[in-house]
Amino acid sequence: MKTHLLVWLSLMLLLGLTVVAWQYHLGFLMALAIAVTKAALVIAFFMHLRKESPLTKFVAGAVLFWLLILFGFTLADYFSRLGF
Amino acid sequence: MKDYLYEDVSLKSWLLTTDHKRIGILFLLTITFFFIIGGVAATLMRMELATAPGDLVSADVYNRLFTLHGTVMVWLFLIPSIPATLGNFLLPLMIGAKDLAFPRLNLLSWYVFLFGGLLTLWSIIIGGVDTGWTFYTPYSTTYTNSHVIMMAAGIFIVGFSSIFSGLNFIVTVHSLRAPEMTWTRLPLFVWTLYATSLIMVLATPILSVTLVLIAAERLFGVGIFDPALGGDPLLFQHLFWFYSHPAVYIMILPGMGVISEILPCFARRPIFGYKFIAGSSLAIAVFGFLVWGHHMFAAGQSLYAGLVFSFLSFLVAVPSGIKVFSWTATLYKGSIRFDTPMLYALGFMGLFTIGGLTGLFLATLAVDVHLTDTFFVVAHFHFIMVGGMLMAYLGGLHFWWPKMTGKLYPETLGRISAVLIFLGFNGTFLPQFILGYLGMPRRYYAYPEQFEFLNVISSAGAVLLALGYALPLAYFTWSLIKGRPAGADPWNAAGLEWKVSSPPPHHNFETIPVVEQPYRYPRPGHE
Repeated sequence: MKTHLLVWLSLMLLLGLTVVAWQYHLGFLMALAIAVTKAALVIAFFMHLRKESPLTKFVAGAVLFWLLILFGFTLADYFSRLGF
Repeated sequence: MKDYLYEDVSLKSWLLTTDHKRIGILFLLTITFFFIIGGVAATLMRMELATAPGDLVSADVYNRLFTLHGTVMVWLFLIPSIPATLGNFLLPLMIGAKDLAFPRLNLLSWYVFLFGGLLTLWSIIIGGVDTGWTFYTPYSTTYTNSHVIMMAAGIFIVGFSSIFSGLNFIVTVHSLRAPEMTWTRLPLFVWTLYATSLIMVLATPILSVTLVLIAAERLFGVGIFDPALGGDPLLFQHLFWFYSHPAVYIMILPGMGVISEILPCFARRPIFGYKFIAGSSLAIAVFGFLVWGHHMFAAGQSLYAGLVFSFLSFLVAVPSGIKVFSWTATLYKGSIRFDTPMLYALGFMGLFTIGGLTGLFLATLAVDVHLTDTFFVVAHFHFIMVGGMLMAYLGGLHFWWPKMTGKLYPETLGRISAVLIFLGFNGTFLPQFILGYLGMPRRYYAYPEQFEFLNVISSAGAVLLALGYALPLAYFTWSLIKGRPAGADPWNAAGLEWKVSSPPPHHNFETIPVVEQPYRYPRPGHE
């Protein structure tokens, strides 16, 4: 219970940070970094991935890797459109 | 003890069933209905193309016809074809389980499919869609006045049915195998269903999100694909093919599994290279996610991305080649019987190989510039989807029909239908390779005079093909009433599904079945 409360507080803090980052124009990468941290917290604690079996962790990791393929190859096209 | 068909014959017992066998039958009836609709659209298209001028239907109607044909055949027939019917029916029987892991989710999968399918059909009835089954932007989001959103909503919903089935199959294979059913004893059909399920679960959500993005842009003007709003039209193709190319493997992998079951049985030989065939199914599922850009060589993708995708596309040919060579080696020195399922399986091997090899032509960057959006592409993917998957589906249906219904179909008619379909198919689609090579574009309702001769042959082939499809529909129905009883194992086949009576009892196995090595042919003690 205590952990959950702590995670919730951190999420609220990060939410505040998102607003600040937007107001001071800290940019797209900053916003993305905050969002990824939030998602990681939710997955690890609220979705109990931290205490799951190695197989479940493997599946979660595989899905992330697979998402990387989608973004990676698509961006490979975008970044090389003008050159090469 | 009564079998699953006669345990309770009320309509309610069918509509609320959680028996995987009954749900398989429900899917079978539903997709046959959709196949007929898609087939009627194809017939009208071939009739239009039999003469050079556009005279039977208007250009606008023709656009709606090929969209209807593509959408219905891909999403409402091919994707669920083998997994949802034969897969549903056979997976628990093959691994020695009483049902799938989530029987109620399985029923929900059918209802969701039916609802999504009918919504798609409704969008066609109220006026149709003219974007093609690929919904390419910016046409689909900015220009067309047809019912894109409703059809996309239908496909979106149907996608959930795939996800449910995939999830169910994965959990079932992991957790419900009989005690001695180790991973290397699994029938290869189960391996392919497993690989297919992985793709279904991973890829389908991307399609769903993409369709939602189309709706968001059309309804609310959110700039995602429209350059005027800061979007990128090619992003749609990236997202769409990230699902739809792996979806090609959803459509062909289970067919490969069916062939791996039929060939050893009718060659009376153990399958050659079991582990290689099983592994290549997983390899296809993985590689299938890395090649989507080969649909976009001529669409404005960068040359660098094109080169990478071209190279990776060649790699997919390796696991497919492993399968074809292993099947051929299975036949070597076998005592081959040419029963109906075997004729379909042999047809599959030839047609799939041609379809796969022409895929390599298209994966070659420079050649693709010439062939893109021509009839060559149409012929290529019909060789895989129809010559491959549909042949395998019909082969599997003939192979397991006695198990599913307890009745035998007339063998001679079965063989005639297999040969008719093979001849009709080649008559329809071989000329389209030449037409495409000569430069006839796809999706046009009229064409220059010099293409007429080959188009007439193609349309004539389609008549044979239609006859070939009508035959099984007739004799399967007939066999339900007049067919001779099949007995538990009419083919003298290996595999747990043949150990139970035909049709199987409600809970499949009364006692835990004894598992032996897979594909023990010739059958010990029988021959």
